[in-house]
This record gives sequence, C-alpha cells and structure tokens, in this order.
Amino acid sequence: MALKVVIIGNGITGITTARHIRKLSNAHITVISDETAYFFSRTALMYVYMGHLKFEHTQPYENWFWKKNKINLVQARVDKIDFLHKKILLNDASFLDYDKLIIATGSQPRTVDVPGQHLKGVQGLYHKQDVELMEKNTAGIRKAVIIGGGLIGIEMAEMLHSRNIAVDFLIREQHYWASVLPIPEATMISKHIAEYHINLHPQTELKEIIGDKNGAVKSIITSDNTEIECQFVGITIGVQPNVNFLKNSEIAIDKGILVNEYLETNITDVYAAGDCAQFTHPRYKHPAIEQLWYTGKMQGEALAQTICGHKTMYNRGVWFNSAKFLAIEYQTYGAMFNTPAKGDTTFYWEHPKGKIAMRANFNASNFTLTGFNFMGIRFRQAVAENWIIAQKNIWEVMENLNVGFFDPEFFTNHNQPILTKFLQQYPKPIA
Amino acid sequence: MKDEQISMALTDNSEASTLQKTGIILFASGILSAIIALAGAGNAQPVLFFWLAFGLSTAGGLLYAYTYFKNPSGIQNNGIFKNGVNNSGVIAWLTGLVFTGFYIILYWFPQYLEGLIRATDTFSVLLRNRPADQWFLYGTIYTLAVLVMGIRFIGKYRHSRYQVIRTLSVMFFQTGFAFLLPAVLLRLNQPEFYFSYFWPLKYSYLFPNDVNYFLNSGAVGYFMVFWGAVMTFIATPLLTYNYGKRWYCSFVCGCGGLAETVGDPFRQNSDKSLLSWKIERYSVHSVLVLVSLATILLWINSYTNGTVLGNFSGSFAKSYGFFIGSIFSGVVGTGFYPIFGSRVWCRFGCPMAAILGIFQRFKSKFRITTNGGQCISCGNCSTYCEMGIDVRAYAQKGENIIRASCVGCGICSAVCPRGVLKLENLDEKGRFEGYTKPEIN
Repeated sequence: MALKVVIIGNGITGITTARHIRKLSNAHITVISDETAYFFSRTALMYVYMGHLKFEHTQPYENWFWKKNKINLVQARVDKIDFLHKKILLNDASFLDYDKLIIATGSQPRTVDVPGQHLKGVQGLYHKQDVELMEKNTAGIRKAVIIGGGLIGIEMAEMLHSRNIAVDFLIREQHYWASVLPIPEATMISKHIAEYHINLHPQTELKEIIGDKNGAVKSIITSDNTEIECQFVGITIGVQPNVNFLKNSEIAIDKGILVNEYLETNITDVYAAGDCAQFTHPRYKHPAIEQLWYTGKMQGEALAQTICGHKTMYNRGVWFNSAKFLAIEYQTYGAMFNTPAKGDTTFYWEHPKGKIAMRANFNASNFTLTGFNFMGIRFRQAVAENWIIAQKNIWEVMENLNVGFFDPEFFTNHNQPILTKFLQQYPKPIA
Repeated sequence: MKDEQISMALTDNSEASTLQKTGIILFASGILSAIIALAGAGNAQPVLFFWLAFGLSTAGGLLYAYTYFKNPSGIQNNGIFKNGVNNSGVIAWLTGLVFTGFYIILYWFPQYLEGLIRATDTFSVLLRNRPADQWFLYGTIYTLAVLVMGIRFIGKYRHSRYQVIRTLSVMFFQTGFAFLLPAVLLRLNQPEFYFSYFWPLKYSYLFPNDVNYFLNSGAVGYFMVFWGAVMTFIATPLLTYNYGKRWYCSFVCGCGGLAETVGDPFRQNSDKSLLSWKIERYSVHSVLVLVSLATILLWINSYTNGTVLGNFSGSFAKSYGFFIGSIFSGVVGTGFYPIFGSRVWCRFGCPMAAILGIFQRFKSKFRITTNGGQCISCGNCSTYCEMGIDVRAYAQKGENIIRASCVGCGICSAVCPRGVLKLENLDEKGRFEGYTKPEIN
C-alpha cells in the first residue's frame, strides 16, 4: 500500500513538494486547492491584468502533466482536519485520508482597520480572484489610491498605470520600501516612480475611506487630513499566513503554523511549508516567516526528501531575492538590510543617470564580502553565493566583478567606474 | 503640483494615441492608393501613385513606430492580450487572410499587380536600369516593411542594446545585401545574386543550373559560386559553433528580418505545447531531407546527362520549389504570422534553420544561461518566444536552454522580470550542466 500524502495548497510550495515526492517515490499524492484547478505562478498575476499574458500562460505545466505524473488534483476547500484520525473534511462534505499531511496554504492580504474598509473598490492583491475583482473594480475608473509601499504595492501601481489610471501611492516611510532598501536605493526608486507620474506620498497613512451613496469608494482621507479623490483603494500592507481554518485546532500556531527546521509541526506526520509556516527558532538574520517564491520552492524541495524518508533540514543557503520596480530590476544576495548588519561596512555606487546602482557590504575588520545589492544590473547568483560563502576579500571581489555580470551582450559593463570609486573610498592596503 | 503631474500623464497617453491614429490613417490612405493604382490608375499616373502608395504608407508606419519612442524605455507589452490583432482574434484571421491573398496573387497572378508594378518602374530604372517586375515590387515592399517595422522594434526595445544592434543588422542586410546589391549587379549586367542567402534556404544556389549559369558569367559569377559554397560548407558550421544559429537567423537572414520586425506584434502566438514541438521536429527536418534529395538528384542527373533519372529530378526540384519554396515559405510562412506567430516558416520549414539547429544543439558554444534559482515561473519568456520554446520549463529547473530551434533573438532575456536569462557563448564543456545550490553549514 503506497503512502498517502495529502498536500493542502497548490502554490509553488505545495506543487514543488508534490513534484519532488513524485520523483523520489511512488506515494499516492493528492493536492487540494480552492483557488484554481491547476498550479499557476502567483508572481505573474500582475502580467495578466496588464495584458502581457493570458492566465493560461501563468501555468507552468500543460494540463496533461498532472495525470501523467499521477498527482491527483482536487479543487475544494478544506473545512476541518481531524488530526487524530488523519482525515480531512472538504466543503463538499467528502473526506480524504492521509498518512502524511502537508499544509502549504500560503498567505492572505493583511487588511486595514479604518472606517470604510468594506466599501466597494477596496481590496488587496494576492489570489487569482483578487485580480478578477480588480478587473471589475477598476473598469473605467480614473483615479486609484494604493496604501502600503512594499513589493505588491508597486506591482499594483504598475498594473494601474498600464490602464492609464492615475495613482496616488501612500507609504509609511520617507522613501519607497525604505524598511528594506538603504536610503540611496530607496531614493532612486522613488524618483523612478515619479517618472511614471505615480504620485508617491511619503510618511502618509490612511485614516478613512469615504463612500458614495452606492457604497462605492469616492475618496480617502490621509493621516494629514488631506482628501484624495479615487474610485479604487488597493491595500498592500503585506500578507499574513493563511491559517484561519486551523484556529482552535490542536496544531500549534502563532502568526503562522509553528515548525522546526525540518518543517515538522507539533503533530506527528503533519508538516507545514511556505508562507503559512513560521519557524519557532528562526536562523540568525533570517525572518521567522519567509514569504517568498524562492523560499517556498526550497522548503518544498527539502520537505519532499523528508517525506520520502531522507530526513532533510531546510537550509536557506545564502539569502537572495529579486524584484522589479517598474523598469528597474533588483537583485540582492547575502544579509542586506536598510543599514549594514552589525560589524559590516558598506560601499555604494550609482550611475550618474540614476537607474543603475550597486552596493557591496563587507566585514569592517577582516574585509570579507557579506552581501550585494544590484539595481538595473544583473549578476550571476552562483558567483555571488560562492564569494559570500568563501568570505572573499573585498578588493578581490571588486577587481573581479566582471566575472559575475549577467547583463545581456553588448550592454555597458560598469565594472571600471565601480572599481575606481571603490578604490578612492577604500584604497587597497599594501600587502 | 499633484494635479499637474496627473494631467501630464493623461496628455502623454492621449497624445500618443492621436499620433498612433494619425499614423494608421496615413497608412490606410497609402493602402487605398495602392488599391486605386492596381485598379488601373498606376498605369496612367505611375509616379504619382508611387509616392501616394509608398510615401503615405511609409509615413504612416513611421508615425506609428515613433509612438514607441514616446513611452518610457522598458518592456512595452501592455494590453497585448487585450487586443484582437495581436491575439489570434477575428482581426488576426482577417490580417492573415490579406497576407495570404497577397502572396497567392504575387506568385501566381502577378497580372493583377500590374498597376503597382508600373508605379515602381521609375524607381526600378533608377536602381536597376530596367523596368520593374513583380519581384522588384515585392522586394521594395519587403524592404520598406523591414525598415519601418524595424524602427518600431528599436523604439519598443531600445533599453536593450542587444535588440537594437541585432535589428540594425537585419535592416542593413535586407536593404544592402538583399535589395540594393542585387539591383546594382543587374545594372552592371551581372547575375542577380543575394549574398545574404545560402543553400539550403536559397536552394537553387547549389543546383546545377544556377551554378553553371554563374560559372558562365565570368569572374563575378565564379566568386558567387565560391561565396555560396564557402558560406554553406565552411562559414555556417564555424559561425554556428562560435555564436549559435543566431549569427544568421537574427542578424543576417531576410526571412528572419521580416519575422523580427513585421512579425514582432505576433510573436506571442506561436504554440508552446509539447505536441507542436514534436510536429516541428518532423516537419523542419523533412524539409531538409527533401531539399538535400532534390539537390543530389539534380547533380546525378547533370553528371549522367539525364540518362539515369530522366525528367524525374527536374520535376522533383520543381515540386520542392512550388510546395516548399512558394507555398510553405511565402504563403504560409508569412501569411500565417497572425495565427501561428512570426516564425512559422523558420520553425516548421526552413532547411537552413534545420542545419544550423543541428549544429547548435550538438556542437556549439551557445546557450541561454539560467541564473541560478531565480526563476519565478511567470511565463513571459515562453509566451514571447517566437519559436515556441517553453523556455520556462528549463529556467524554473535552473537548467540552461539549449534547443536546436532557438534563433537567439534574446526576447526571453529582455522580457524576464528577474534577469534570469542570458544568451552567451562560453566554453562548450559544461553547457548542459544546471545550477545546484552550494551547501553551507
């Protein structure tokens, strides 16, 4: 009798786990999702709204793939889990048995608590259904407001901009995403946002949403009591683990489902991974809840090993992430925060035209590389990782940046001006 | 200040759309003039209708192209799948029908093009010192289309120097090598020769008839035969080993040039399914077998003075010319841009692409490198691949993309929102090795 594995959630974490279990074993695999019939790339939803893609293009596998690989897909919502008898109750009143259960239910948008929060035209952005709602909510409108300056906020701004909808973008910090980006990078992105005629309101919060007589958004009031006319309010103040259906059950939850480094929960044979999981003891310089595509994928790969009998600790490796702010691409490697980590010092170079920049952080006492930020420059992940792991000397790093540049052919290579500025700031010690 | 900014944004867009509309109206007037010329007015007033038909449509096209320069530099794919022309909708089918119809008339009913052919006479005499024929008319339209839509393409992808250089290159080779140079050769009473086309795409260049004709045309003819043979047998493998097939398909070839420029609005319509990859492999390699067979048979026939094969080799080559050379590469290859994407011919039919592809797959330094584990599976690369390669299938596994069909247009790398893909020529060793995450303790 094959092992019965049930996975709740068909996002990147759940599907990666399923695919890797299939590679390693003949387990009976069922993936449950309420959101869609087939796996799709959540990060691509913005491109569907913008008309770059059709929804089907966001599905990485053709529909025959699942049957061929014997991964059963069930489109339903999980109402309740009976952990004692290892049974799952679905919303169509049917039951599923499992030997091992993986919870990978992802996130849900965080909501605001202000007057008018339930008016028509107020919404977050996370699920496929949110994009469909956004289609409806933004049809024919002229003005929108976005609350919250993170990654989803700027995606939403780009989406609305693509439909010629004027955007007022309220952020809590002085510059865009300044909670993560150092001030120079954050300033550069804020300027870039202005080039798109997206109106950034720094240090501004939402106080109230005002509706018209039909219960639709008419305007908002900001924390400095300014009224901004709009027909749409995007709430992008972050996401939180989608675990409400497990509240009041035996599974241990704080913000997310508590797991150890093997992604095991407090209940035997029940695991949690991806956005919905929270590490009870997070690693040094790592967050307790990792809400990234990349981390979901890596957690799924590790978990599949464990499920198939090769107990494997989830190892995040060298931290990396990437994003795109309108037309500027961003890549980061290593422990990079808005100020250098303790004991680190920093070097920053920006192109005079202000759309290309790089930052290298290094240990102030032994001059070894600790991390990179790249804006408008593509860099080889393997090179960055190996240098960070090897604690490469910062002068060697800067002299060899060329090795890592990943920009397309014929692009201007900026390694010389970067090196020149670096050596002015940090002259090479005579050996 | 706030309101001023917003109204600026709105004016920008409406200004762009006014320009675009004006461009479309001018272009339509050019087409209308062409139709009037065809109806007979072209014979009566050739010079006037030359300027009306070509001048108006070019001016309209340029105005439309100019709007791409007005948008902020970066990927400009907004609304592509909301638009029926780009998206296999009814208008796309109609556009396909018009293209197809044009090719049918061009190949088999050129008498209906008389009015326009006469309108290009003056131009033809100027360049070639002889009156126009349907092929001169076709060459003029083709080159203008590549130039105008090339400018549009450069505007659209101007943030990428790879795209700009590649497009300038196809515009140059089309205008210089495939249009002006053959015309000048004719003017000098030399054989008309296209230095940018080689066997097996330009299959007749290694057929005994053409070879004998060139050899009988003196020193220049000898050079042409030499050039053709060197390009086919020496330069092709060598360049493909070093740079991949893109040196030809995306930098030199006229068919590729048309696909990249005129075809760009339709690139996303290529089918990405596993099934179409299977069909493609059978179909493109069959064409290669057929053209090789036709060439070999013709040479056997020529050596044996027709004693072995009789008329068979001649009619075999003629059928190849009719079904593959005309119907497949012309009528289907270009006519079906709006339905099957811009590289229908290159993908399913071109024997040159087949040979280049075999080299590229098995003996080349070229690959598209995937940058570690950075793929977010969004699907932009696969969607905008004109050759129908499911780029994402490799990228999301951290594998490099090494496919026979890849023409190296680099659009996958351009549209990738995470900078995951890079076209490059590196050491042949290890090109199939994917990325594995280094362990740290």
